Amino acid sequence: MKAIFDEASAIAVTLTVNGTTSALRVPPLRRLLDVLREDLSLTGTKEGCGEGECGACTVIVDGRAELACMVPVCQVDGAVVRTVESTELESLQNAFLAEGGAQCGICTPGMIVMARAWLAECESAGVAPTVDGAREALAGNLCRCTGYEKILASVMRAAGVKT
Amino acid sequence: MKAFILSNPKSVKDALQLLAVARDSKQAKAIQPLAGGQDLLTEMKEHLAEPDRLVNLKGIAELDYLRNLDGKVQIGALATLARMEKNNLLNEHARVLFEAAHSIASPQIRSVGTIGGNLNQRPRCLYYRLEEANCLKKGGKECFAYSGMNRYNAILGGGPSYIVHPSDLAPALIALDATVFIAGRTGPREMPLESYYKLPSVGDVRTETVREPDELLLSVSFQLPAPGTRSTYLKFKERESYDFALASVALVLGFDGDVIRHARLVLGGVAPVPWRVRAAEAALVGQKADTQTAEKAAELALAGAVPLSGNAFKIPLTKSLIVRAIRSLA
Ligand SMILES: Cc1cc2nc3c(=O)[nH]c(=O)nc-3n(C[C@H](O)[C@H](O)[C@H](O)COP(=O)(O)OP(=O)(O)OC[C@H]3O[C@@H](n4cnc5c(N)ncnc54)[C@H](O)[C@@H]3O)c2cc1C
Ligand code: SF4
Ligand code: FES
Ligand code: FES
Repeated sequence: MKAIFDEASAIAVTLTVNGTTSALRVPPLRRLLDVLREDLSLTGTKEGCGEGECGACTVIVDGRAELACMVPVCQVDGAVVRTVESTELESLQNAFLAEGGAQCGICTPGMIVMARAWLAECESAGVAPTVDGAREALAGNLCRCTGYEKILASVMRAAGVKT
Repeated sequence: MKAFILSNPKSVKDALQLLAVARDSKQAKAIQPLAGGQDLLTEMKEHLAEPDRLVNLKGIAELDYLRNLDGKVQIGALATLARMEKNNLLNEHARVLFEAAHSIASPQIRSVGTIGGNLNQRPRCLYYRLEEANCLKKGGKECFAYSGMNRYNAILGGGPSYIVHPSDLAPALIALDATVFIAGRTGPREMPLESYYKLPSVGDVRTETVREPDELLLSVSFQLPAPGTRSTYLKFKERESYDFALASVALVLGFDGDVIRHARLVLGGVAPVPWRVRAAEAALVGQKADTQTAEKAAELALAGAVPLSGNAFKIPLTKSLIVRAIRSLA
């Protein structure tokens, strides 16, 4: 994929990632995932499948959860991006620690970022977060280790809901 | 993969001008529109699509809308699936489309994927997606699914290719009698969405729609169903979290009291095109949505089914989905 994406000539792109704005010259179809990990050295965002199927690469783009492996950088010029390195995610990170929501950890950044986007959506829609809602929100985030229960418990702890 | 050019038109007019080159070019596929990229990027990665020019539609603001004009719902090609699954108008008056949008992929893909990309996405047949397999659909001589792994392939309308159309929006929109508006070098044209799709036995087996390479899908529209209309999209997935439809049913029923006055029944996941079954629709009109009527409609809908070696299970599966869908609207 990278080979494909790196052959066209570079374009100028501006991204604000976790509050820091960077101006980059990158091939237009370079994946947001590679820009984050390689150009900006933010390796918290993980690559699982590279095909939109696992959710490990989830980041928040202008308030929406998107898959960084499926987003070409030319389509997010000027965007505000938040990754797992964002300090806003600390309450979720602590909840994952407290509940044992992470084992190998590959899925964890995506889980945490997706959970953040979902909790923000619940808040702006004025609906109370529920376990079923969390399960649905995390449907595109796969985990091979935990069996999901502890992940859901972590998210609900961060939401302040007793499970 | 060869180097390619990316264009970022800001208007439909400019995009069409860029695409107009496509009709002259020897390789019509050399130029392709890019919307959310949630299908196209995977296709490029697997070398299934090798455009040397991409026309990025995302900057065309005039294609991004979902509006209600005096009871006519108009959806621009760039409206995302997330926008549709969060829309109150669809929730209240066009449940079939609301539920279909919500059933697609994962929240992350729904926040980027567009209606235009969804309706024009390419097949999911295992052999089509396998770079090494040069089957009929990719210009080869043989349909490998016909004699190979065909659990996910067609039971209706198949041959010489046996793909199923993967879009969940298409059956729902056809059940709403939606019209599609497309434009290209020879001007704009409008047609029922049903006629936008074509069987593999018609024309070029490599394409799924009547769209010419220089044409863009601009919008889809439908009349809000009359009061007394209920609708639903029932999708059976092999994996509960998210998946393409093993079989699905888009159903719109208009009632007068408890008697059905209007019926649209369109199947997904079972045929190379969204499969509308008029015989079943006719059998529903004038009846109550009871089990007996539902079972008769299901029998009629699957009457012509010819399963491949590995997918006969889809016949009873689809029948029971149809019965359940009809009963749920009673
Ligand atoms: C993991 C995964 C699961 C999925 N699950 C489902 C599912 O359950 N149900 C389902 O229906 N889909 C599913 N999809 C398929 C698809 O990605 C989405 O449905 C999405 O809507 C595609 O839209 P896009 O805008 O990203 O399309 P793109 O990838 O940008 O485009 C798709 C195709 O349509 C063409 N195109 C785009 N816009 C236009 C236009 N306006 N006019 C003409 N041609 C156009 C492109 O050239 C390309 O060939 C899934 C995809 C993935 C990766
Ligand atoms: S069903 Fe179509 S895509 Fe699949 S192997 Fe046969 S010809 Fe190819
Ligand atoms: S790495 Fe992006 S979804 Fe798996
Ligand atoms: S903790 Fe290992 S994949 Fe989730």
